[in-house]
Amino acid sequence: MPASAPIVEVRRLNRYLGEGEGRVHVLRDIDLTLDAGQTYSIVGPSGCGKSTLLYLLGLLDLPDSGEIHLNGIRADNAGEAERTRLRGALIGFVFQFHFLLAEFTALENILLPLLRQRTIPEPEARAWAEEVLCRVGLRDKLHRRGNQLSGGEQQRVAVARALANKPPLLLADEPTGNLDQANSEALFALLHELAATHNQTILLVTHNPDLAQRCHHTLPMRDGRFI
Amino acid sequence: MGSGKFLNLRIAWRLLLAKRRAMLMSLGGIVFGIALLIVTQAQTAGFEQFFIRTILGTNGALRIQDRFQPTVASMVAHDETGGAAMEIALREGSTYEPGIRHPAQVLEGVFAFESVLAAAPVLRGEVAISSGFRTMEGRLHGIEITSYLAVSDLDQQIVRGSLLDFAQQSDGVILGSVLAERLQLRVGDTVFMRSRQEQRRFRVSAIFESGIELVDRVHFYAHMRETRRVLNEFERVSYIQATLVDPDLAPMIARQMEYAVGHHVASWQERERSWLEVFRALKLSSAISMTTILLIAGLGMFNTLAIIVMERSREIAILRSMGYTRRDILEIFLMQGVIVYTIGTLLGWICAAALTRTIESIPIRIRGIFSTDHFVMYWSFQHYLLAAAIAGVVVLTAAFIPARRASLIEPGDVVRGTSG
Ligand SMILES: Nc1ncnc2c1ncn2[C@@H]1O[C@H](COP(=O)(O)OP(=O)(O)O)[C@@H](O)[C@H]1O
Ligand SMILES: [Mg+2]
Repeated sequence: MPASAPIVEVRRLNRYLGEGEGRVHVLRDIDLTLDAGQTYSIVGPSGCGKSTLLYLLGLLDLPDSGEIHLNGIRADNAGEAERTRLRGALIGFVFQFHFLLAEFTALENILLPLLRQRTIPEPEARAWAEEVLCRVGLRDKLHRRGNQLSGGEQQRVAVARALANKPPLLLADEPTGNLDQANSEALFALLHELAATHNQTILLVTHNPDLAQRCHHTLPMRDGRFI
Repeated sequence: MGSGKFLNLRIAWRLLLAKRRAMLMSLGGIVFGIALLIVTQAQTAGFEQFFIRTILGTNGALRIQDRFQPTVASMVAHDETGGAAMEIALREGSTYEPGIRHPAQVLEGVFAFESVLAAAPVLRGEVAISSGFRTMEGRLHGIEITSYLAVSDLDQQIVRGSLLDFAQQSDGVILGSVLAERLQLRVGDTVFMRSRQEQRRFRVSAIFESGIELVDRVHFYAHMRETRRVLNEFERVSYIQATLVDPDLAPMIARQMEYAVGHHVASWQERERSWLEVFRALKLSSAISMTTILLIAGLGMFNTLAIIVMERSREIAILRSMGYTRRDILEIFLMQGVIVYTIGTLLGWICAAALTRTIESIPIRIRGIFSTDHFVMYWSFQHYLLAAAIAGVVVLTAAFIPARRASLIEPGDVVRGTSG
């Protein structure tokens, strides 16, 4: 166990979704601690609440009860502005479906979060974005628009985009979900390599047991809890 | 991609380009609305300025006319002169006496004002004027030519004959162009004016055209001496006409002068109030109709932006997940409006200037209330600012509502809706 404080600490997290009759208790008293530099995989049947948990950790959604601490900061009851700031500073998100901005090139998609954070000057950001894209094997597709890329390529751009800011916490919802075996392997290897070099914490959801095994920790989930 | 503020601008630009067609429609509407608004204002104001210039050139900025006095003072005047017929009770506490009995004295009072450039006495009366062809009612103005030229543009309004002839002939008259036409009179012809007992004979020295039908149809001028004979008035003048350094200040100076000289003083704004009101109403109504075009363009833009916001909720959610704030999103969508507005305003201005230039140069003969040989356009930067301001309010309102909706999109709702 590393000595530093946990990057994520979750206490008795509950989330209900839906209204009235259709109201579902999606997450039930979730407790979770993620340490910096470690990789975690969540596995579990469809509908058990994996995506819901990731959205909560990514501060894209609010819990009904419970606490979320990111890097020691209480985030679940923080204001909208503070949550946006934490999101920009701490979190990279890979959505289940690639979600690129279609009007922007692969390179620009990666620059969007980089330039927003304004941590490095633009030429540097551009050079780094190009490097990240090369690392995911898209050297010759830097200037392709999102909608001119194949599904696998889009997913790789999405991963590159989430990693480009070197966020301490990378949340990935089935990042290899619609990739073939070879592409999945490559992407997965890349995730781990990048995470290791920058001491990033990865929490990913996957249905692929082989890939899940390669993480430091595997967290099986069922009916809104870890088992 | 730029950084900082330009980042949001660049994102706005990209989203805008993706909806080029719809946005070009709104842009066209804005350009069209702005250009037409400016052109119609320029045209109405052009005629207004033309009218004002002519009125000032014909009637001067100020007219010092009837005497008015508090009752006590007027009783004294009454006793002195015994001219009871000349006194009319205007309202309780003051009496009213037409014309100016002591022009030299009043002129002195008028010239005491530094803002007065020139002043000239005029004796005026309705007179039947006949050519061999027909007789018409006209408004005879008795003038002293040198002083009158200083308070009018009569010299520039002469279209036939010459002022010099008039100055040299004691029986000369200067006729309005429409009046001359109706009487079928030319320079050098003889005209008659009927005085009380006798016909007096005059000669047409010149014909003038002010461009305002109302003036050109009835006005004519003769020398003061002759006019006194025709009108049988050897003491008074009807009014004193004065020009000012700054005609816009006429109402204020008129009020001060009234107290100083004890005569009613009418500014040109007061005299021509009904006409000025007509121009005001014209300008307002044309501005309102052109604003309608801008409103329609704004509505189109509102629609387009609202659709973009709906279609792009996913992109908005992604931006939010990357650390873009609500304010960023608001800016990105507002800026789309600002971009269209800025381009639309610049193009609208250019179109307006080009249109104004073109219309100005079209030779067109207008003979009606005004006579002119081309459209009179008035260039005023204020029209350009007015159009930009109206378009700004419309477009920014149209952009703000969808932009605000965009900024309130919850990223969680969107991503949950699309992922399994
Ligand atoms: N908007 C919603 N209203 C009601 N139930 C929902 C809504 N969104 C998701 N759910 C339910 O929440 C549960 C967890 O969903 P999710 O976290 O997406 O599961 P997973 O990612 O593990 O497949 C599912 O049973 C799903 O049906
Ligand atoms: Mg899921």
